[in-house]
Amino acid sequence: MKIAVCIKRVPDSETRVKIASDGKSLDEAGVKFILNPYDEFAVEEGLRLKEKAGTGEVVVIALGPAAAQETIRTALAMGADRGVLLQTQGLHPDGLETAKALAAELKGAGFDVILLGKMAIDDYNHQVGPMVAELLDLPCVTTVTHLEIVGGKGTAEREIEGGVEVVAFPLPAVLTTDKGLNEPRYPALKGIMAAKKKPLEVKPTAPGPGALEILSLTLPPERQAGKIVGEGPAAVAELVRLLREEAKVL
Amino acid sequence: MAPKFQGVDFYDVDSLLSEEERAVRDTVRAWVDDNLIPVIGEHYLEGHFPKQLVPQMAELGLFGANLPEAYGCAGLNNVAYGLIMQELERGDSGVRSFASVQGALAMYPIYAFGSDEQKRRWLPKMASGEVIGCFGLTEPDYGSNPAGMITMAKETKDGWVLNGAKMWITNGSTAQLAIVWAKTGTVDDVNSIRGFIVPTNTKGFSAKDQKGKLSLRASDTSELVLQDVCVSKDAVLPESGGLKSPLLCLTQARYGIAWGAVGAAMACYDEAVSYAKTRVMFGHPIGGFQLQQARLAEMLTEITKAQLLCVQLGRLKDQGKATPQQVSLAKRNNVSIATDVARETRRLLGANGILAEYQAMRHLANLESVYTYEGTHDIHTLILGQEITGLSAFN
Repeated sequence: MKIAVCIKRVPDSETRVKIASDGKSLDEAGVKFILNPYDEFAVEEGLRLKEKAGTGEVVVIALGPAAAQETIRTALAMGADRGVLLQTQGLHPDGLETAKALAAELKGAGFDVILLGKMAIDDYNHQVGPMVAELLDLPCVTTVTHLEIVGGKGTAEREIEGGVEVVAFPLPAVLTTDKGLNEPRYPALKGIMAAKKKPLEVKPTAPGPGALEILSLTLPPERQAGKIVGEGPAAVAELVRLLREEAKVL
Repeated sequence: MAPKFQGVDFYDVDSLLSEEERAVRDTVRAWVDDNLIPVIGEHYLEGHFPKQLVPQMAELGLFGANLPEAYGCAGLNNVAYGLIMQELERGDSGVRSFASVQGALAMYPIYAFGSDEQKRRWLPKMASGEVIGCFGLTEPDYGSNPAGMITMAKETKDGWVLNGAKMWITNGSTAQLAIVWAKTGTVDDVNSIRGFIVPTNTKGFSAKDQKGKLSLRASDTSELVLQDVCVSKDAVLPESGGLKSPLLCLTQARYGIAWGAVGAAMACYDEAVSYAKTRVMFGHPIGGFQLQQARLAEMLTEITKAQLLCVQLGRLKDQGKATPQQVSLAKRNNVSIATDVARETRRLLGANGILAEYQAMRHLANLESVYTYEGTHDIHTLILGQEITGLSAFN
């Protein structure tokens, strides 16, 4: 089975982000970058599909700056076979242009399954997976939490509001992965050493400017400190009054 | 879920590390956050080593990680190996001790002094965690003075017969294999010390847990008794000879300890900073008070110095240039400052600092053992004293 996994390098969710002086981009100094956590599920699922099939190839593809090679090597250390970096100058914010570049790389390469995280944790757009599917004219199942592939056909479960939806689809297909699909493996130390020797092809890419423009980025307002109204039963009356009059939740 | 550990890196020490070294560190860091931190407090209180984690540690490749891939090991350099020890000890000194003993004290002597047959037979099984090892050097009456050991090995026509007792043996009662050091000549003949691979199910071999420890409670520590233990001729490590052989192993382990102590110190400092910023007293976070700031400034300074010592020592070791005396300096300094950091964190946390819910007092109690084992702080002082003056204070 030939599997492609599209991944993205994103700032660590635990990192403290600073906005750059232009007011519309991130100050990358001191920021730790990681493999997008939703893409980790995609890499893991790709590896499991290949392991189950007993044969095949898992190719990881990223669009991003030169530093995204490190992110690709994380996926290679987990067990992927080879990587492709569509190298851009800096970060590229436009979902459609990203999808076009990925689709151009994927087209005609004979992949049975194309996996992506359901979204990137930096821009929360949920766009690229469905756009890649559309550009390649392939079926698309988003937010997959369970996947079975047997004899060229797939069944996927998706958690929807209030229940689980089960869908069937033919291969090849584009799937976006959600939390709950699997438990991604740690890149073992031997895997980290082996990753250095796996092929990683770098292809300079210049996506179009796209139709979107980021005007500004602001941090959320600082959370106000809590208020302790007193202790024990004596505080109840005041607490109820505040919940009713100030918080207006009663 | 508890926030993930973000490390302590005031001097951009990360920029001194390669991509692989950082990747190794990050893997072990994530594993410790996910699997060790949630259970360690309970194991410590109950006095149990978290044995269930051994297969996962083996799967990650943490045992003998700086030994060659040909024996099923990860083949990492010494800096990456040190970073593993740092992250494990950020979790707990007992768990780091387990990995240190397995890799540096049981696998390393087989690698360094063993025959090809011994290496092929044991190392892959030890890397995979199938066989756990321990290291028997210290005896009840010979701690800082191992040259005085009275465990004897007599050669017979079929092999060797070992008699003696070993004490303070980490992993002793869990191990399937013990590296036992014994004199093969007379009791005064230090040059006759040799290493033996002794399967722990050999008749006459027994291991008894040492009870009542107030430190390293999540680690097995045992007394080994060898009473007419018969092993075959090929049990001896052919290239071992004299006290320098076990001391070479200790140099490997001490190197890992120098890194490990930094991990424990980082865990405590991280806890101290977060507590200082959130604990309110007299209407202000206590981190705003000068006395606590002095504590934190001191901790960060010492941790930063210790980190830089480790990286440079690791680079020297990778170039084959690190001396045992340099390792002594790092072990001595880093364990000492880590103990100070743990104690000051314990104090900064006030009454909360005595609870197992926080890490500081567990690390503090652990580090008191680390201060004493693998060459006490005092012995390392004398090793440095001898190096500086050329005069030995031992004799």
